[in-house]
Amino acid sequence: MTRVATFEVHYTRLIDRDGRPTQPLPPLAEDRDAMVEMYRAMVLTRTFDTRAIALQRTGRLGTYASSLGQEAIAVGVGVAMTPADVLLPYARDHGAQLLRGVTLTELFLFWGGDERGSNFATPRQDFPVTVPIATHLPHAAGAAMAFKLRGERRAAVCLCGDGATSKGDFYEGLNLAGVWQVPAVFVVCNNAWAISMPRAAQTAAETLAQKAFAAGMSCEQVDGNDVVAVRIAMEAALTRARAGEGPHLIEAITYRLADHTTADDASRYRDDEVVGAHWEDDPIKRIKAYLVDQMDWSKEEEEAVIAACSVEVEAAAEAYLAIPPQPVEAIFDFMYETLPTDLAAQRDALLKEVTRRG
Amino acid sequence: MAELTLVQAVNAALAQAMEEDERVLVLGEDVGVDGGVFRATDGLLDRFGPTRVFDTPLAETVVAGAAIGLAAQGFRPVAEIQFMGFMYSTLDQMISHAARLRWRTRGRLTCPMVLRAPYGGGIRAIEHHSESTEALFAQIPGLRVVIPSAPNRAYGLLLNAIRCPDPVVFLEPKRIYRTIREEVALGTAVAPLDSCFVLNEGRDLTLVSWGASVIETMAVAETLSRDGIGAEVIDVGTLRPLDSATILRSVEKTGRCVIVHEAARTGGFGGEIAARLADEGLLFLQAPVKRVTGYDTVIPLPRLEHHYLPSTDRILTAAREVLAFE
Ligand SMILES: Cc1ncc(C[n+]2csc(CCOP(=O)(O)OP(=O)(O)O)c2C)c(N)n1
Ligand SMILES: [Mg+2]
Repeated sequence: MTRVATFEVHYTRLIDRDGRPTQPLPPLAEDRDAMVEMYRAMVLTRTFDTRAIALQRTGRLGTYASSLGQEAIAVGVGVAMTPADVLLPYARDHGAQLLRGVTLTELFLFWGGDERGSNFATPRQDFPVTVPIATHLPHAAGAAMAFKLRGERRAAVCLCGDGATSKGDFYEGLNLAGVWQVPAVFVVCNNAWAISMPRAAQTAAETLAQKAFAAGMSCEQVDGNDVVAVRIAMEAALTRARAGEGPHLIEAITYRLADHTTADDASRYRDDEVVGAHWEDDPIKRIKAYLVDQMDWSKEEEEAVIAACSVEVEAAAEAYLAIPPQPVEAIFDFMYETLPTDLAAQRDALLKEVTRRG
Repeated sequence: MAELTLVQAVNAALAQAMEEDERVLVLGEDVGVDGGVFRATDGLLDRFGPTRVFDTPLAETVVAGAAIGLAAQGFRPVAEIQFMGFMYSTLDQMISHAARLRWRTRGRLTCPMVLRAPYGGGIRAIEHHSESTEALFAQIPGLRVVIPSAPNRAYGLLLNAIRCPDPVVFLEPKRIYRTIREEVALGTAVAPLDSCFVLNEGRDLTLVSWGASVIETMAVAETLSRDGIGAEVIDVGTLRPLDSATILRSVEKTGRCVIVHEAARTGGFGGEIAARLADEGLLFLQAPVKRVTGYDTVIPLPRLEHHYLPSTDRILTAAREVLAFE
């Protein structure tokens, strides 16, 4: 017998749950401004999250998917990308979207049930949040192929959950990215749950990362609650991808601290104590501990960040609440490039009806 | 007898079917411990155990495909898809295999499965959670498409769907999952497949609908009756195979018909009913057949969604138009 292939999956954690380095850190970790920028982005994400849930609870936002506990992944990904890259997010990537330039108001609009929340003013080429799980991985392969065909040094970054790795589209997207050797980076946010389904019920495979091997793609695991580890892994993967060295998959391990969505009651399927224990791994607590221990992060600075994030989120919430719904005829806008005659007739009938009702 | 909501009736029918036939299995995402995202399978895992109720990985294609394999092997799988918007990846399995296994093998293998999903709008959900694309399935020869509109009929229709030797797509109008309570006679499946239900008799106008729109349609019949107009209301119940006889008989009597559905108009199932009326009922008709439907657009997100759904106002306007036609 001859061995024809071997595969290894490596795991990286740079900063432990108490904010202590586990090994010599990269220069990034010495860069106070960069560390503070990431911390602030994570706090902003969580502040948005808290406000979104409060709005949902009072009937002013739709069903909402919290990113509580996953902020380090979204932020690590978002800061590693350049504006020319393209993000293909899933529903818990608010932090990455914000860093890309999507506004808080746009996020509120999206979750508030308004199509304009997907028409970002800034990252014009970023994809909107994909709701049907894993259907966007093939898009990432296609978008990355477009960069390759045009000889551009850009990359597509696609995120999904652990549950998403069970879908055919997941494998198909990875496989094509592997065959075409396109500049794409896939990030699996393994938060241990897919609604009520624990990670072990999704696959008998030891890791989710190893699914990349079947696509001929390199992969790794990182501690998804360690923003520095996520960012370093992303930056390396993006550099290789943009240089034409092919796609990569990162399995970022975290934990879903919130209910699946505001429509879910997680106490039906998991113990509160287990969830409580995972708060020890809170990614925000970790980077804050690092800032305090290693960078003399002061109480004043802390308060200033918290206050600034609150003000920003509050202003966005107010702005969102003040935006009236689109006029009814917007239902027909953007269905086609130009409005077909039969659709125009339906629009006119609706307008007539609305006028009649007054 | 028990007072049940529609979703409770679904749950009760599943329990009854599992009780009376040990070949009946339930599978899908989150159907076990969680009892389904709408609680339609609540309690089934506890009651029937992990060899009858299976949580699957997150993959609709394999849910439908595995159900076909189980069915061909003699089980009676009832598979749940969490929302109709996530059924599209099952189309290949349902069209290419479930619908044709019997036909392809000249009866050697069959596919007695049920694919259930909540469908329709009006719950202020994010995108893909409000779809009404029943016509996609109703177009497929070999599939049965069943849509209940009240707890009692949900119970009977689901039991009969599970007992049925053919593959059934069973769509549950989630907007009315919990809005109506009704006495349900447990253990007996009174609502038959393949037949329309006449919910209200009338001589002046026929209103045809299915799913959650039946509620608004009934409300309109009620309004009309206050003006002394008798509207016959037909709940289609089974779209495929369609019981056109009941609809034709009604239109023969009333001469006027309005069809109401939430799905987009073009290619919607209302078109098939209108075509059958044109084909077989032309001489009874005293007015054009009107459709009150969703528009030919994506169903809007919650802020505009209510303009899309057929309202009592729109149904009433169409009814009056048809009644006034000479
Ligand atoms: C194709 C599809 N099936 C089902 C759903 C309903 N659904 C929404 S989120 C979810 C679980 C996703 O789990 P995972 O991929 O681990 O992401 P997480 O929500 O845990 O971040 C399910 C089943 C969906 N959105 N799309
Ligand atoms: Mg998950």
